[in-house]
Amino acid sequence: MASETDFLLAVEGLTVSFDGFKAVNDLSFYVDQNEIHVIIGPNGAGKTTVLDLICGRTKATGGSIRFRNQELTAMKEHQIVKAGVGRKFQTPSIYDDLTVFENLEISYPRGRTVFGALAFKRDAAVRDRVEEIAETIFLSDHLEQRAEYLSHGQKQWLEIGMLLIQDPELLMLDEPVAGMSVNERKKTAELLNKIIRNRSVLVIEHDMKFVEDIAHRVTVLHQGKILSEGSMERVKADPKVVEVYLGH
Amino acid sequence: MKISVRNSAPRRATGELMGVALLALLILIVLPLGLDGFRLNMVGKYLTYAFVALGLVLCWGSAGILSLGQGIFFGLGGYCMAMFLKLEASSPEATKIQSTPGIPDFMDWNQLTELPWFWEPFHSLPFTLLAVVAVPSLLAFIVGLAMFKRRVGGVYFAIITQAFAAILTILIVGQQGYTGGINGITDLRTLNGWDIRTDGAKQVLYFVNAALLIGAVLLCLFVRHSKLGRILVALRDKEDRVRFSGYDVANFKIFVFCFAAALSAVGGAMFTLQVGFMSPSFVGIVPSIEMVIYCAVGGRLSLLGAVYGTLLVNWAKTLLSESFPELWLFAMGALFIGVVMVFPNGLAGLYQQYVAPRLARLFPRAVPRVGEVIPPPTAAE
Amino acid sequence: MFEGYTLAELGSIFAMQGFAGLILFSVFVLMALGLAIIFGQMGVINMAHGEFMILGAYVTYLCSTLVSEYLPALFPVYFFIAMALAFVASGLLGMLVEWGMIRFLYKRPLDTLLATWGLSLILQQIYRSVFGAREVGVVLPDWLMGSVAVTDTIEVPINGLFVMGLTMIITLVIYTVMFRSRWGMGVRAVMQNRVMAGAVGINTERVDRLTFGLGCGIAGVAGSAFTMVGSTGPTSGQLYIVDTFLVVVFGGAQSLIGTIASAFTISQAQSTMEFFLSGSTAKVLTLLTVVAILMLRPQGLFVLKVRR
Repeated sequence: MASETDFLLAVEGLTVSFDGFKAVNDLSFYVDQNEIHVIIGPNGAGKTTVLDLICGRTKATGGSIRFRNQELTAMKEHQIVKAGVGRKFQTPSIYDDLTVFENLEISYPRGRTVFGALAFKRDAAVRDRVEEIAETIFLSDHLEQRAEYLSHGQKQWLEIGMLLIQDPELLMLDEPVAGMSVNERKKTAELLNKIIRNRSVLVIEHDMKFVEDIAHRVTVLHQGKILSEGSMERVKADPKVVEVYLGH
Repeated sequence: MKISVRNSAPRRATGELMGVALLALLILIVLPLGLDGFRLNMVGKYLTYAFVALGLVLCWGSAGILSLGQGIFFGLGGYCMAMFLKLEASSPEATKIQSTPGIPDFMDWNQLTELPWFWEPFHSLPFTLLAVVAVPSLLAFIVGLAMFKRRVGGVYFAIITQAFAAILTILIVGQQGYTGGINGITDLRTLNGWDIRTDGAKQVLYFVNAALLIGAVLLCLFVRHSKLGRILVALRDKEDRVRFSGYDVANFKIFVFCFAAALSAVGGAMFTLQVGFMSPSFVGIVPSIEMVIYCAVGGRLSLLGAVYGTLLVNWAKTLLSESFPELWLFAMGALFIGVVMVFPNGLAGLYQQYVAPRLARLFPRAVPRVGEVIPPPTAAE
Repeated sequence: MFEGYTLAELGSIFAMQGFAGLILFSVFVLMALGLAIIFGQMGVINMAHGEFMILGAYVTYLCSTLVSEYLPALFPVYFFIAMALAFVASGLLGMLVEWGMIRFLYKRPLDTLLATWGLSLILQQIYRSVFGAREVGVVLPDWLMGSVAVTDTIEVPINGLFVMGLTMIITLVIYTVMFRSRWGMGVRAVMQNRVMAGAVGINTERVDRLTFGLGCGIAGVAGSAFTMVGSTGPTSGQLYIVDTFLVVVFGGAQSLIGTIASAFTISQAQSTMEFFLSGSTAKVLTLLTVVAILMLRPQGLFVLKVRR
């Protein structure tokens, strides 16, 4: 096993293959405490697969993923969540048939076992926390509304809110501003800047303007491998990156 | 807005409790007063199926897990009860003309000379009552554990539960000497010495059954209004999201499947007591899927609807098969198709859409609601 | 369970039971092929599949009766006419059902299951009203009667051989249509990406209807073949539906080879065990084994690992 690290997340030699096709190939990268780390790359580079691997949705063929020096590859999805990793999906993944309040409440980190959920009481602590989060994600006025009727942007925020209420140490976002209007995009950047305090964020994003606004460090993926890594300026100046990705 | 958060849930709960009160009024007072003993016993029989339908509302309606094997659990509950009653009816004195007195008659006919080991504990009533709930729940637990932990769901789960229903029927029919075969376990007489065949006993059993059913409805309401109930709905919609909110999704599915199984089993046991026999014709593929239609007609999302749906379908079945037996399968077939294509939310949906708004205009203050109707997911997967 | 038999006798028993299993296998394959197309390719659960098969059987029965009555000269070959008619009848009914019901339910597999169950009840009652509740059988032409003695102890019935040959031909035809023809490519294209297939000019609704019709038509042929080895009643179809679904799921729903392999395994296991145990025990053991294996390997025997 690899040695202890100070990084919050250490991905080393990560490989996954689907019937011989290596979607992610011997990938290594690190995420620091309180860092906003953005992964960019052309379609099919393996970005979403990397998030799937970290959160346990896909099992790795080889390599290691350590979160606070805890090996994640052997853990189940809900254990990884409990360890402090939260993940937002590319398309808004919320519960259409429940209200905004209930959506947030389900993510509240208490009563996660069967009998815990049966005994769960909606007490003041839960209500206050839900209302606090709803305020952060601009949905205070929609708590009783069924989530189905929210706009696309509001759904994205709701899912971010569902993650916030879990209070994860590592937040993983898959294209959080895709399909948003300019105004919503601005609000989302504002939201992200507000919530990154005391946590690390791993983001996949295509919107370069948005990436420049938020990224501390950028990793460029291409065909399952790292093409370039570093600050946005460095990456932008890298001729390899320009050729495969930024050039067009 | 914040005020409504605190208030809307209690108001909804009051509405539902009024609905339960109405149901209780109907089955505990109106029907017993209005029907003769024979018809009342029949309604009692229908109401035992309502236990199954209630379980399906939670399992299928809320969580989106369609089990086509609920007859298994209904049957197992019924068989457990029947085994106890049969042993009591097979005392050495009552069976002294048999070549082996003291064992059930069908065993004697099949040349068994000694009671099989798994029948022994059913001499005890407490064990039997425990087994009625425990045996089906255990089976559901094993099946659920194997399937849900491996993330088998949707149509695969439906087909495999159906296969189980087929397997159990073939097994019961094939192992005549141990199970009574195709005829089932018949000629049941007394429960701890109390003759269950008399009119008086049947009336008492009707009320026990009806009271248990009301209890079951309340229990289901509690489950549905707990956070667990909302998690079930959530995992029907977005299973992955629930998983990545830190829940072990399989455990919740196993729970609701076992809960539905236990409810069905109670229904089965009450069926045996009221009707006086249990046979494989309540276990197999056909009865199991028929039980789904009871729930669907009532509205797959509504607990009270499920009870009314069960009553209505069975009443129609009795009526039609008494006078036009050949029409019954047509009607049943049309029900299946209609419930899927025309009114997916069943009676409860119709009530919500047409009756409730009018009632609300007439009595603006308090209107009982037949459960909470959430449109079904467009994709059940 | 083997005591009391000599080795040679055991060999013959296995061979004879193996052959009986092959007939069961043929029926399974024919039924499962139609289902594999409808379920595997279209994702539709057709619980009325057995009734489509029985329709084919009744058409064959009608043909047998009518031909022997009015055209006795054609009797030796009536079976081929019957099979074609069975295919057409079940296929047309299938297309009608697709148009009236299935096309509204493509995204709701569990609802399709319930609706087609309702359809199966209605069809059963129609059969009962038209043909009566009793089982009917067809008269086989002379050349299909009797059996061939392979060795002193092993005899194989000719009608069984015929059904097997038929199954092989039909399987090859279906394979060619689905995987070697342009139309089959269109079908697979629609099933994999409906929007894209529509965009490149495939009439997806028509493909759906024809595919469903094809699956049902094959069921009709299966029913036609079924009359040669068993009699037909209104509820005969229902007896086979669970087995057939298990065959398809066990084989891995998308794979034709898998369907055939699993039909072979299940039918052989069942018929071999049937000789030594009672029929019902053999069936219980077979089904339990299949279900147990499915629990260990829910995706079936043959399936590709794909990226989610």
